[in-house]
Amino acid sequence: MFSRDRWQEIFQTIRKNKLRTFLSGFTVALGILIFTVLFGMGNGLKNTFNEFFMDDATNTFYLYPGRTSVPYKGFKKGRQVEFRNDDLEDIKKDFALYLDKITPRTSKSELARYKGESNTYNVRAVAPAYQEMEKNILMKGRYINEKDIAERAKNIVIGRLVEIDLFGKSESALGKYLNVGGVMYRIVGVFQDDGGDNEERYIYMPYTTRQLLDKGTDKIDQIVLTYKTNIGYAGAMAFDTSLYKYLKDKHKVAPEDQNGIYLSNTADIVRRNMMFANVLQIVVVFVGIGTLIAGVIGISNIMVFVVKERTKELGIRKALGATPASVIGLVLQESIFITTIAGYIGLVLGMGILSLMGNNFKEDYFITNPEVGLDVVITATVILIFFGVVAGYIPAKRAARVKPIVALRDE
Amino acid sequence: MIEIKDLHKSYRMGSNSLHVLKGLNLSIKEGELVAIMGSSGSGKSTFLNILGMLDEADSGQYVLDSVPIKDLNETKAAKYRNKFLGFIFQSFNLINYKTAIENVSLPLYYQKVNRKERQEKALQYLEKVGLKQWADHLPSELSGGQKQRVAIARALAAEPKVLLADELTGALDSKTSYEIMELIQEINDEGKTILVVTHEPDIANMCKRIVHLKDGVIVEDTFVEQVRASEYVQ
Repeated sequence: MFSRDRWQEIFQTIRKNKLRTFLSGFTVALGILIFTVLFGMGNGLKNTFNEFFMDDATNTFYLYPGRTSVPYKGFKKGRQVEFRNDDLEDIKKDFALYLDKITPRTSKSELARYKGESNTYNVRAVAPAYQEMEKNILMKGRYINEKDIAERAKNIVIGRLVEIDLFGKSESALGKYLNVGGVMYRIVGVFQDDGGDNEERYIYMPYTTRQLLDKGTDKIDQIVLTYKTNIGYAGAMAFDTSLYKYLKDKHKVAPEDQNGIYLSNTADIVRRNMMFANVLQIVVVFVGIGTLIAGVIGISNIMVFVVKERTKELGIRKALGATPASVIGLVLQESIFITTIAGYIGLVLGMGILSLMGNNFKEDYFITNPEVGLDVVITATVILIFFGVVAGYIPAKRAARVKPIVALRDE
Repeated sequence: MIEIKDLHKSYRMGSNSLHVLKGLNLSIKEGELVAIMGSSGSGKSTFLNILGMLDEADSGQYVLDSVPIKDLNETKAAKYRNKFLGFIFQSFNLINYKTAIENVSLPLYYQKVNRKERQEKALQYLEKVGLKQWADHLPSELSGGQKQRVAIARALAAEPKVLLADELTGALDSKTSYEIMELIQEINDEGKTILVVTHEPDIANMCKRIVHLKDGVIVEDTFVEQVRASEYVQ
């Protein structure tokens, strides 16, 4: 296997039979190339999907007040339901078993001005827990904290792009005062978010401050809460049902009324998304296996052809004293050598194409960061080599068993 | 050198068997040049295959250079072929992508001779057949006679006990045939045992002994006055 003479024989046959070498090499290289690129693009699709849907916390309920559609307990239909601060406290108290974090969320579009620059942003009044739900990552400073809430401080946290929009790339916004909707706020933090540009154009402020500015009201728009993940999917659904009933009861909404309060539960959405992601994964694997099978069939055909073409030569070698083992070894070692080199070339080319693609296809084709694990590609190459060997072994063994006289008659 | 005793061989063709060799007895001494003649179907090819260890007899003895040839598996047959026998074929059977010298050194490769020695020996045998200056040419660049000379050099390179030639002049014109036979005679003069299968009487007459096969038995075995091929070669 490792003798220098054997390798010289192999290099010579490779050199002198360029078409044969090219054909088998090309098949393998192409197989691995297509495998790598398709698999990578499949992964890219998956990445895009994950970025779209898996950005925010996945154990979240959103509660929105609505207008009742059924008269109930002396109230006419069409009444606007409103959440108040005590709703937060009640949920905290009565659902301690399920609840992880809770925060109100009141959104308002306001004009922000700093020196000459101005722009309109969505300003959200929240509690500190909101950071975790949005998965905001702080680049500098801090998030809204409990002290801000208690003191109704005029502190805000801004998104990375808000800072770039208003302060430019060089100036730091931290500690500066920003005019938002006619009120001056101090910027205490800048955050970034993986959820895309829009997510980085939010401004967050303490919800108590917003209530103070809104003439001391204790009204809140929405409630966002996360449940403890250890309660599982079933637990989440049970929490969903009992919380919905509890709030309807509290706000005097008829049990059958679907419009008084809305509860949106990501557990269900996440489940559906996960299923879709799994389907994507299956498609990717399926495409990969399909390509590999095509490659295996290709290399098998070529190996059969190669051995057929070499029958006479192998017969001569046998007449000159080549043992069956050395005949089989010669054929297989050559094919392993060619497939390994060609597989490597296909791998490098495929990886190269994927890295050239990069994120260029993100906007139009939803392919984000297409990539394939090196282990996956190497496994694929090894599979191809293995099947090439199996496919070559059978005819090589037959050729080695043929009597030289018969092989030599085969003109 | 070769002792054949009561050699039988039959082929199974469906339900009935075809008895090809029906008890051959033959003794060939070292240095003989024997022609084996016979029409097609006489069993001469089968006989040559058995001598060449490409096929095995059903019964009977085959002793080559005091080594009984029996119970051969493929690997053992390959070793014996490499050690004892040199083949010369009608269609030369050179490997077309190897140069003359590479073809000649191939049996030495299977004898595990090192590369340098292979080269030296191969060149030496090419010189012997008069093709030293053609060493680096591919078979496609050689004439029929030259190809057969390369094949002879290749058969000799392994230094076998016996040369087996199967219709070695079958693909050559008569002038070239005689030149090749002249070379065969020279090699025989140096003491090499050679068996030539042929159906051409003039070629057979250039040997020292003619064995006629017919329907699987030896019908005639005569020592003849050798016709020197050099008489025909100008």
